[in-house]
Amino acid sequence: MAKITFITSDNESVTLEGQSGSVMELAVSNGVKGIDGDCGGVCSCATCHVHVAENDVAKAGEASEIEADMLELEDNVTEASRLCCQMEISDALDGITLTVAR
Amino acid sequence: MKHSEHQDPFEKARRETGHSEIDDQNDPVTMVLRHKDVRKCAHAWSTFSSEDKPGRIVVPSEVGIRTDRQIPFEVDPPNHGDYRSLVEPWFKRPLESDYQDKLKAQISQLVDDVSQLDSIEAVNAFSLRLQSRALTLLFNVPYEESEIFVSWGTHVFRSEDDPLDSGKAQALYHYIDDKIAEAEKAPGKDLISMLLSAEFQGRKLTKDEIKGVIILTFAGGRDTVINMVTNTLAYLADNPKALTRLREEPEIHNKAIEELIRYFSPLTHMGRVAKKDTEVCGKPIAEDSRISLCWASANRDEKVFENPNEVVLDRKINPHVSFGFGQHNCLGATHARQIMHILLRVLVEKVEKIEHINQKDHVEHWGEFDRKVGYHSIELKFHPR
Ligand code: HEM
Ligand code: FES
Repeated sequence: MAKITFITSDNESVTLEGQSGSVMELAVSNGVKGIDGDCGGVCSCATCHVHVAENDVAKAGEASEIEADMLELEDNVTEASRLCCQMEISDALDGITLTVAR
Repeated sequence: MKHSEHQDPFEKARRETGHSEIDDQNDPVTMVLRHKDVRKCAHAWSTFSSEDKPGRIVVPSEVGIRTDRQIPFEVDPPNHGDYRSLVEPWFKRPLESDYQDKLKAQISQLVDDVSQLDSIEAVNAFSLRLQSRALTLLFNVPYEESEIFVSWGTHVFRSEDDPLDSGKAQALYHYIDDKIAEAEKAPGKDLISMLLSAEFQGRKLTKDEIKGVIILTFAGGRDTVINMVTNTLAYLADNPKALTRLREEPEIHNKAIEELIRYFSPLTHMGRVAKKDTEVCGKPIAEDSRISLCWASANRDEKVFENPNEVVLDRKINPHVSFGFGQHNCLGATHARQIMHILLRVLVEKVEKIEHINQKDHVEHWGEFDRKVGYHSIELKFHPR
C-alpha cells in the first residue's frame, strides 16, 4: 500500500491511496487532471508524464531505457521526469509527491 | 505462412541504411524507417513541416486533386495547437459511459446479425458497417446517417484502381456542404454545430476550416479503422487460442489491443516537407523536398521490440507509433481504441470461433516495398457460443 500525492497544473494537491497496479491507473481512476493514460500503460503515449519531487527521486527509481527514450522527446522534461504508468505501486512508493507535467 | 500474417518488408533497408527513396508524381519521398529517426523527425516539426501545399504531406500526393487544407492535420504550431484544443475535448467523448453503451449496443447487434449467416465477406458486411455506425457516435448524429456512409463503399476517398481519381470524393463533399447548411439553419448537438459556434483565436471558424476538420474526420478514420477491425477478425480466425485466451484473461485486453495495433500499423506512413537543408540517417534532405515517417517500419524495429514480427498479446512495454508521434498524434485514437475494447469484449462473450474461408490481401506498393495492410475481401463464418 502507498499514499501518493499528485500536484496538478492548477496547483491543486490530492493524496490517493493505492494497493496495486500502476501509479497511472491510480491517477486515471481518480480523475487526476493532466494524466490521461491514453495507451493504457504500455509506454506509447506519454500522457502520464510526472516530475518526481526532489527528495523522492530515489524512492521512485529510474526510468528504463525505453521509457527514457520516450521522455527525451517530451516537452517539459527534467531529470526528475517519469512516465507514471511504468511505476508499480508498492510500499516503496509510500509518501512520494508527483507533479503532473501537463 | 499463416494467412493472417503481415510480414515486414522494411527489415533489410531499415537495418542497412535506415531510409529508402520512392518516386511519387515527380515529387520523390525519402521514407524514414527506424523507430528512433521516425520519432525524432515527427518531433522536429519546424524542420519537417506538415504545413505546405494542401495534400502534399500525403503519399501519394493529393496536390493535384484538392486545394482544401485538412485541419489540424496540415497546420504547424502554434496554430495547430489552437485548432487542436478546440476539437480535443470532443474527440475524448468515447471515454464517456453513455458513448460506450451505445457503441456496445451497435457492435453486439452486428455480431448477432452476422452470426446468423452462413458466412460473410467481412470487409463490407462487418468492418465497413461497424466503422460507419460508430462514426455516427463520433459526429453525434442519428444512427440512420450510417446508411449513407455505408453506401459510399470502402473507397469513397480514392477509387481502387486510381488513387488520384477525385471523382468519388464528390459525394462526400456535397454531403458535408449540405450538412453545414443544415446546421447553420438549425444548430443541433453534432460536431458541425459545435464547430459553427466555436471561437478560434477570437473569431468564428470559416466554412473552409470547418470542412477541413470534417473531411479529415471522415478520411482519417475510414480505411484505418476498417483495416484494424478486419485484421483483428482475421487474426482471431487464424489463432483460435487467442480468442480463448482473451476470454479467460480480460485483464490483458488493453495490452492485446495496443499490440494488434502495433502489428497491423493501419496507416503505413505519413509525409512531411523539409523547411531547410538537413539530413536523416546521413542522407542529405534538401529544403522543400519530402520525407515520410514510416510508422509501420518503426513498429517492427528489432532495436526496440523483442520478436517484432510476432503478436505477443500481453506485450508489456510497447512504444509503438501506430497513432503517430508528437504534435499530430492521432485525434481519433480514443475512438479507435474504444472500438477495439468493445469489439474484443463482445467477441469473447458471443463468439466461440471464427472460421476462415478465403481472402484477397490488400497489398500496397511503395518503391521497393510491398506491404500487406489489410484485405480487399475476406470470407469468414462466425460460430456463436
Ligand atoms: C486504427 C485507427 C487509426 C490509425 C492507425 C490512425 C493513425 C494516425 C496517424 C499515424 C496519425 C498521425 C499523422 C501525422 O503525423 O501526420 C493520425 C492523425 C490523425 N488521425 Fe488517425 N488513425 C486512426 C483512426 C482515426 C480516426 C477514427 C479518426 C477520426 C475519426 C482519426 C483522425 C485523425 C486526425 C484528425 C489526425 C490529425 C491530428 C493532427 O494533425 O493533430 N484517426 N492518425
Ligand atoms: S499511459 Fe501511455 S505512456 Fe504511460
